[in-house]
Amino acid sequence: MPMDSDMICKPERKGSKMESSPISNSSASKTGKIKLDNPVSRTPVQGTPINPESAVIKAERFTFYYGSKMGVEDITMNIETGSVTAIIGPSGCGKSTFLRSINRMNDLIPQTRAKGLLSVGGQDVYDKSTNLVNLRQQVGMVFQRPNPFAKSIYDNITYGPKLQGVRSRAKLDAVVEKCLKDAALWDEVKDDLQKSALALSGGQQQRLCIARTLATKPRVILMDEPCSALDPLATSRIEDLIEELKGTYTIVIVTHNMQQAARVSNRTAFFCMGKLIEYGMTDRLFTNPQQKATEDYITGRFG
Amino acid sequence: MALHMKNEIDKLKKKILAFCAQVEEQLWQAVKAIKDRDHDLARQVIDHDTMIDKEEVNIEEECLKILALYQPVAIDLRFIVTVLKINNDLERIGDLAVNIAERAVFLADQPKFDISTDLLDMAQDAHAMLKKSLDALINHDAKLAYQVCASDDAVDQMNRQMYLKVQEAILENPKQISALIHLLSASRHLERIADHATNIAEDVIYMIEGQIIRHKVEEYK
Repeated sequence: MPMDSDMICKPERKGSKMESSPISNSSASKTGKIKLDNPVSRTPVQGTPINPESAVIKAERFTFYYGSKMGVEDITMNIETGSVTAIIGPSGCGKSTFLRSINRMNDLIPQTRAKGLLSVGGQDVYDKSTNLVNLRQQVGMVFQRPNPFAKSIYDNITYGPKLQGVRSRAKLDAVVEKCLKDAALWDEVKDDLQKSALALSGGQQQRLCIARTLATKPRVILMDEPCSALDPLATSRIEDLIEELKGTYTIVIVTHNMQQAARVSNRTAFFCMGKLIEYGMTDRLFTNPQQKATEDYITGRFG
Repeated sequence: MALHMKNEIDKLKKKILAFCAQVEEQLWQAVKAIKDRDHDLARQVIDHDTMIDKEEVNIEEECLKILALYQPVAIDLRFIVTVLKINNDLERIGDLAVNIAERAVFLADQPKFDISTDLLDMAQDAHAMLKKSLDALINHDAKLAYQVCASDDAVDQMNRQMYLKVQEAILENPKQISALIHLLSASRHLERIADHATNIAEDVIYMIEGQIIRHKVEEYK
């Protein structure tokens, strides 16, 4: 039995953050305007091409609108299975919009529309026949603020599997242990799994959210600024965790912290004004970017 | 770019330029000491080397500080790394200038011979290469840096000719053998200086283009 889609959506509905963040023009002006080398260019610079057969997420000329406003335009990129891909760019550049398109989080905003192709594991995300519940089971998400349910640690993890029909106590116990271990939280909480998740520290809550995501056995984990509300130590724990999960899961992370993108990812995509400007190996992008706009952004020069 | 990092990088730019000027001066004075048979000038060059060594350490510490505090990326990172490497080459050029000055100390009491003028030509060429490679760094001029790499062959050739000339001169004046060997050594030092200038130019090309062209000499000639 598929899990209730509400499980992932609920925490996000409470906040008003989502409605304002994806394409807020006011925040774009704060960071200054970046000049694009060739605004009409249809093909962004892509280093080391990804074999389409090893890609789990494929976007082909994917465009997303909020009403008449364009969120992202003409995005063509493949994301390799088992890799960590970082998306960077100034506020309002469309990076969150793109991330949220992958598991259709943006559907919650009225009057949105998608064009082009976006697929996860061969399944067209925006096809009418796509089962949203299945999609979100395959594509888990971790948000900026830790959003555990106001339940025990144990119930947070088992929520998804229970909805999927797992009833056996032994099986559920095993899932809890495995997910908490994989999320590097087990040692800290194993003695009191019935404690309320809300009693954990921010960093622990975020790792619990990752553990909860792992419980539904997703292929892809989307992370939207997962460390921006955490202190440096908790941030470093999450980054270590990303390193551990790499290979088993495909991770796409949106971050404003460029050093973090540089540290955790295999590939980095630079978005600007709704377009994919440059996409390539992270080491290459941070030492020798091919586009002037990328260089201006990562070195903090705004033209 | 963040203002504090920009200020630090501007400061570093000035320092490496000033350092290069100091090293150029050392080279020039050492060669002049050979030309004029000037014992005192040669001594000055030798004594001044401690300043060069101190400045090299100072610049390296500046680079490490910027790396640690600002985590530069892209062109800023390539600039700092290039300065780190150039700094090293400049210090070595300083040492070679001292070696030339040591030859000058010996030659000061020796009679002059004609082939010294060839040494001056060589010094001029090596000096020009050094100057151009630094101009390329400051003006982000990859074309100029490639020119420097290409002109290394001419200096190598001059060194080989010097070898032949010294060989002949020894046969003609066996008594002058030690003076001639010192002269040959000075020529060899100048040839090494041109090599260091080439290294600097190669690093500048890396800084501008992001491509490491070392050990691929034939491709860009």
